Amino acid sequence: MTMLDKRMTPAEIVGQLSDGMTLGIGGWGPRRKPMALVREILRSDLKDLTVVAYGGADVGMLCAAGKVKKLVFAFVSLDAIPLEPWFRKAREAGQIEVLELDEGMFQWGLKAAAFGLPFLPTRVGLGTDLAELGGLKTVQSPYADGEVLIAMPALKLDAALLHVNRSDWRGNIHAFGPDVYYDEWFARAAAKTYVSCEQLVDRMEDHYPAEAQANIVERAFISGVTEIPGGAHPSSMPPAYGWDMKAFKAYTDAAKEPGNWAEVADRFVASDEQTYLAGFGGVEAVKALPLPIF
Amino acid sequence: MTDVTLAELCIFACSEAFRNNGEVVATGVGPVPRLAASLAKLTHSPELMMTDGEAYLVEQPVPLGPRGYNDRKAAGYLPFSRFFDAAVWTGRRHAMVTPTQIDRFGQINLSQLGGTHQQPKTQMLGVRGFPGNTIYHPNSFFFPSHTSRVFVAGEVDMVSGVGYNPAKRVPGGNYSAVDLRSIVTNLCVMDFGGPDNAIRVVSLHPGVTFAQVQEATGFELIDAVTGETALPDGEALAIIASLDPHNIRASVIKDNPTIGRAA
Repeated sequence: MTMLDKRMTPAEIVGQLSDGMTLGIGGWGPRRKPMALVREILRSDLKDLTVVAYGGADVGMLCAAGKVKKLVFAFVSLDAIPLEPWFRKAREAGQIEVLELDEGMFQWGLKAAAFGLPFLPTRVGLGTDLAELGGLKTVQSPYADGEVLIAMPALKLDAALLHVNRSDWRGNIHAFGPDVYYDEWFARAAAKTYVSCEQLVDRMEDHYPAEAQANIVERAFISGVTEIPGGAHPSSMPPAYGWDMKAFKAYTDAAKEPGNWAEVADRFVASDEQTYLAGFGGVEAVKALPLPIF
Repeated sequence: MTDVTLAELCIFACSEAFRNNGEVVATGVGPVPRLAASLAKLTHSPELMMTDGEAYLVEQPVPLGPRGYNDRKAAGYLPFSRFFDAAVWTGRRHAMVTPTQIDRFGQINLSQLGGTHQQPKTQMLGVRGFPGNTIYHPNSFFFPSHTSRVFVAGEVDMVSGVGYNPAKRVPGGNYSAVDLRSIVTNLCVMDFGGPDNAIRVVSLHPGVTFAQVQEATGFELIDAVTGETALPDGEALAIIASLDPHNIRASVIKDNPTIGRAA
C-alpha cells in the first residue's frame, strides 16, 4: 500500500539520500532554494554528489564543503552578487567535474528525463563550445529536412529537493510567487522528490481549495514533505519573504577572508535550523525581508 | 541646453537597435541596455514587449533601482518557466547583453577565462542562455569599456554564443536565425555588415577617431564610418532621467564623462 502520509524530518529526508547520487535542486540562483535541506546535507556525511541546479548558494556551499563530485549547470550566481564566490573557488581549484549547459538545454534535459526519453533534440549548443566540452552528440532528422541537432541527454535525477509555500501531508503542494522556475520539471525528472514547505496543513482541500492552480506538480511525484518556515533563507521565497542580501554579502566576504569553509560553516550552516536562523535574527526577521526589486 | 553624458549617448545609440523589431521581447541586461530598450518602447517602437525584470510583461517600462515592489503594472506574464517556450525558442526576442569577451566572428564568452574547462583561471557566470539566444533570435551588445581585452585577438576563451565562424558550424545545423545586430561601446557604434558578417565601425562618438577604436580592438575592423553618433535630444534625455531616477547610469562608464550638449 502506498504511504500517503509523507511527513518526514529533514534528517529523515537526507537519510534517504546516498553517496554518489544525482541530486536536483529546485529554484533559480538566489531564489526559491531549498536551503534548509541543503544545510541538512551539509550537516551529514553525504558525499560524491552530482548536483544538477540553476545554481546559487546551494551549489556554492555544497562545493565549498567538498560534497560535489560533478556539477551540471548553466550558471551559478547570486544575482546582485553576480559571481558565486565559493563555486568560483572550487572551479578555479579544479576541484569539480562539470557539465556546462545552456539554461534552455538544461530544462530540456529535465523534460527528457521526465518523459523517460534518452534525449530531446535541440538546435541549442550548435556553434558553441558546449557540445565538445560536454561530449554532447548530434542526431539527424529522419525527415526530408535532414537537420542536424544536438541530442540533449536526459538529466535523470535520483532525487530532487524543492522548497514550496505549502503542502499537506500527502504532498499536495502549493507554490506561489511570480515565478516557480523549473521546480515541476525537477520533480518529474526525479525518482524521488522531497519538499520542504513554509506551512504544512493537514488536508489542502479543507484549507485552500480556491488556490489549487498553485499545485505546480502532482503529488505522485512527491515522496516526502517537511515543514521548515524560513527554509529558503538566505534565498528569496516570494510572496513570503525576499532574499537576505546582507547574509549573501557576509557569505561572499567569507570566501575571501578567511576563505576556508570549515571556519565559517558554523555560521552559515550551524548545528540545527533553529540555531542557524537565530544567527540571522530568527524566523520573524527572515519573514520581514522585503521582496527583491529587479 | 542640457549636458549629455557618454552613458546617455550610448543609451540613445543602443535604443536604435530596437527600432523596427516588431512585437518581440526586448531584453536589455544591465543599466544601459535596459534603459535603451525602455527608451525605444517609449519613443519609436511602442510595439516592443518587455518584462519588469522578474516575471511580468509591462507596457510601461519599469524604472531602474529601488521602487515599490508593486509599482510595476503587469499587462502580461512571462516567467522563466515559460521563457524558452515563448520568447527564446520561437525567435520572438532581441537581447542586448554585455559579455566578457567578443571576437571577430561575434562569438561571445561569459563563462570562463584562461586555464582549462576543468580548471579555469577565472570562473565567471557560466554560459547562461547565450547558446540558445544566439541560435534563435537577434542579439546586440553593449560594452562600457572598449579594450582589446574585451575585443580579443583570435577567438574568445570559451565560445558561449554562436557567431559567424564557419569552422564552428556543425554541418547540417540550422543557423538561419543567427542574427547579430549592433555593438555599442564607449567609443563607437559597430555592426556585422562587412563581408562574411565582418565587424564594421559605422559611427564614432564625438571626439573619437577610427584609429583610436582600432587601437583598442584585438582584430581588424572595417572603416564604414558615416559620421558622428547622434546625441540624444531633449525628449530622450527626459525619458532616460525618468526611467533612471537614481542615476545608476552615471556609474556605468568610468568617470561618467560629459560629451556634449543637447538642444
